[in-house]
Amino acid sequence: MLDTNKKPTILFSDEQEQLLEVATNFCRDKFPMNETRKRIEAKEDLSQALWDEMASLGWLGIAIPEEFGGSGLTLAEVVTVVEPMGEYLAGTPVVATTLAAQALLVAGTSAQKETWLPKICEGTIATLALSEPSGDWTLNAPDATATRSDDTLTLKGTKTFVTDAASAAFIIASVKLDGKAALVLIERASLKNVTREIVIDETRRSYRIILDGITLPASALLDMTKTESALAHIDLAACLLLSAEACGGANGAINVIVEYLKTRKQFERYIGSYQALKHPTVDALLAMEAARSHLYYAATMFGQSVEGEVAVRMAKATSSDALSFASDRAIQFHGGFGFTYDCDAQLYRRRGIWCEAQFGDASHHRAKLAEMLL
Amino acid sequence: MSTSAPSPAELDNFRREVADWFTKNKPKDPGFLLPQSFMEVGTDEQFYFLRDWQKKIYEAGYLGMAWPKEYGGGGKPQALQDIVTREMVKQKLPFMTNTIGLNWAGPLILNMGTEEQKKAYIPGILSADDIWCQGFSEPDHGSDLGNAQLKATRDGNEFVLNGSKIWTSLGRHAKYMILLARTNPNTNNKYEGLSFFLIPMKIPGIEVQPIKKLTGEYGFNQTFFTDARISESCLIGKEGGGWAVALATLAFERGAVGGQAGGHSMMSKHVSEVVTLAKTAKRNGKPAIEDPVIRDRLLQFIIEERSQALNMSRGRIKALNQERPGSLAMSGKLAGSEYQRRLNQFALSLQGANAAYYVGDPLAIDGGLWQRSYFNAFSATIGGGTSEVQHNIIGERVLGLPKS
Repeated sequence: MLDTNKKPTILFSDEQEQLLEVATNFCRDKFPMNETRKRIEAKEDLSQALWDEMASLGWLGIAIPEEFGGSGLTLAEVVTVVEPMGEYLAGTPVVATTLAAQALLVAGTSAQKETWLPKICEGTIATLALSEPSGDWTLNAPDATATRSDDTLTLKGTKTFVTDAASAAFIIASVKLDGKAALVLIERASLKNVTREIVIDETRRSYRIILDGITLPASALLDMTKTESALAHIDLAACLLLSAEACGGANGAINVIVEYLKTRKQFERYIGSYQALKHPTVDALLAMEAARSHLYYAATMFGQSVEGEVAVRMAKATSSDALSFASDRAIQFHGGFGFTYDCDAQLYRRRGIWCEAQFGDASHHRAKLAEMLL
Repeated sequence: MSTSAPSPAELDNFRREVADWFTKNKPKDPGFLLPQSFMEVGTDEQFYFLRDWQKKIYEAGYLGMAWPKEYGGGGKPQALQDIVTREMVKQKLPFMTNTIGLNWAGPLILNMGTEEQKKAYIPGILSADDIWCQGFSEPDHGSDLGNAQLKATRDGNEFVLNGSKIWTSLGRHAKYMILLARTNPNTNNKYEGLSFFLIPMKIPGIEVQPIKKLTGEYGFNQTFFTDARISESCLIGKEGGGWAVALATLAFERGAVGGQAGGHSMMSKHVSEVVTLAKTAKRNGKPAIEDPVIRDRLLQFIIEERSQALNMSRGRIKALNQERPGSLAMSGKLAGSEYQRRLNQFALSLQGANAAYYVGDPLAIDGGLWQRSYFNAFSATIGGGTSEVQHNIIGERVLGLPKS
């Protein structure tokens, strides 16, 4: 199973290069830290003007086929947009909407795809409702249920960490139907009990949705024969995009550290000259660089059965660890200031815990990899 | 170098040809434990075995393939040499023992040397007829290389050498040395007093004394210089310009710059070998590989080993190195050497009580290979600039952190 002689090769297309450049400049410009802090306080979930700009750049349709109004590229290109968003801690519905579109592409009925995918390309927000109060990362055994009577589905159960649910035109939720996992598309008008959650990453807008009493026509079901492959695909796609956010975040945290180490003086010396601070900062850099290499290899290999899954899980494990280490040290290296809410280090640490907790942390993925590789 | 790049089909054919040649020509088991890098060549029988092996590969046309033909190279595309090197690693063949010549003195001479120097030195480097050693570190100046104090005092068109160099791998067998010496002790800036020489070793006034290593074996030496006289034609670069030449040499040594002759210089351990070990080692009556903690550690090593290969791949993509262009190249040595040290250490921890055996005991696992290679791994975390100095260099040059 383990072939250490095979040289893994990262491929990087012209489209990726262009998107990375555009997205890096866009994020630097539109998501400076003071804006990010304003967004945390803001009443509305997103700035419509900014969202419209991102939609007009075509970012929501990158991985949607041209027949539905997208660019017909892949998630490898989406990665190049999400990485800089991670660096600047942008909390946008790009990832949620991309993942919802991926769910439709794998398991949506023709009617669902034709109705929703073109709208997503134009900026309609959508999201996934997979997590539940148990906090288990396993996606294919939901506690929420759907019961069928004639042509009507009645839902019951609670979904957690539904990001951007309040601005989404529809959500795709996992439920158990006839003893098997199923995905249902719920339009906003049918949602009744949607509560904002208090989450550690304050740049996120996360919601808890109680499904009890929601009734849907059977046409709201995604293709049940494809549930399993859709959930597996979403799991890896989410890991890939979270890895991109975490890699960008690790770089952002390193920049926060370096900036302070270059300007703060103690005992008449810049604190960055002390090896006790300099050396762990280099370790954070090396961890981020390694994670970034895994990220772009995962982007290269995405969708290629076993090797693709291995690459994505390695990217998720390394990027979670890299962001956690860099942001943890960022707090410590700011000394007393690091203990304050005003210091940006905490924003990165909070983001790090979020990224780790969503879709499996590093040891979860290493355990999965051990099953595949040992 | 060749002008046209080989087609994928040509590369494939060549790969098969090389694999076939090595399968047929790989050396027989010598009957003694071979060293794993040029720094570990301790006995004459090890040395002659390895020298013959390099010569055989060179004569088959598989070494220095991309170096210019006029100096004994093959004048072929680098891609072919890379295939050969990979195949040598893959078949776990003995390494190329003239490492200093092939990987840093050679490319240095090709880059900065005079026509005479290229003609005189390059062919012997490839054939292993002329073994090279390195005179950088001194007993009192290891990491602080720029402070080297060995004196080279000008006397007409000669220089007189006095002082000592240490960690001279292959020193007993070397015909030549790359030497960093102080030609002017009175400069304001310590770097400006240094000059770089290519010197003969077998001359009066140079004495090589073996050093017993922490493994109990030999391989390193201390070299003593007492009024040893060399011609001024041994200079490479300008008199007083030695620091720039030393930095260029270190860039070759650390692999930050290409141009090496090819062939592998070290038989690194791979995590796959440790996985094999974990299958036979026992924990609580069961194979160690079933222990969840050991599985997690193994996966960390598997991921880390792949990180290094992926960093090499990403390092070639400019658009993915925009923010800190030197980062990946400069951190490879630190990441790779520390990885080897920890991997070997972990391999010992898998052996249970048997970790306490050593080379020579019949019950030592794999003949004590892991114990020895754990100790030898420090040669890379210390040599070529310690890991601690590497942290400083990366922190200062890549991240822009202040020196003081």
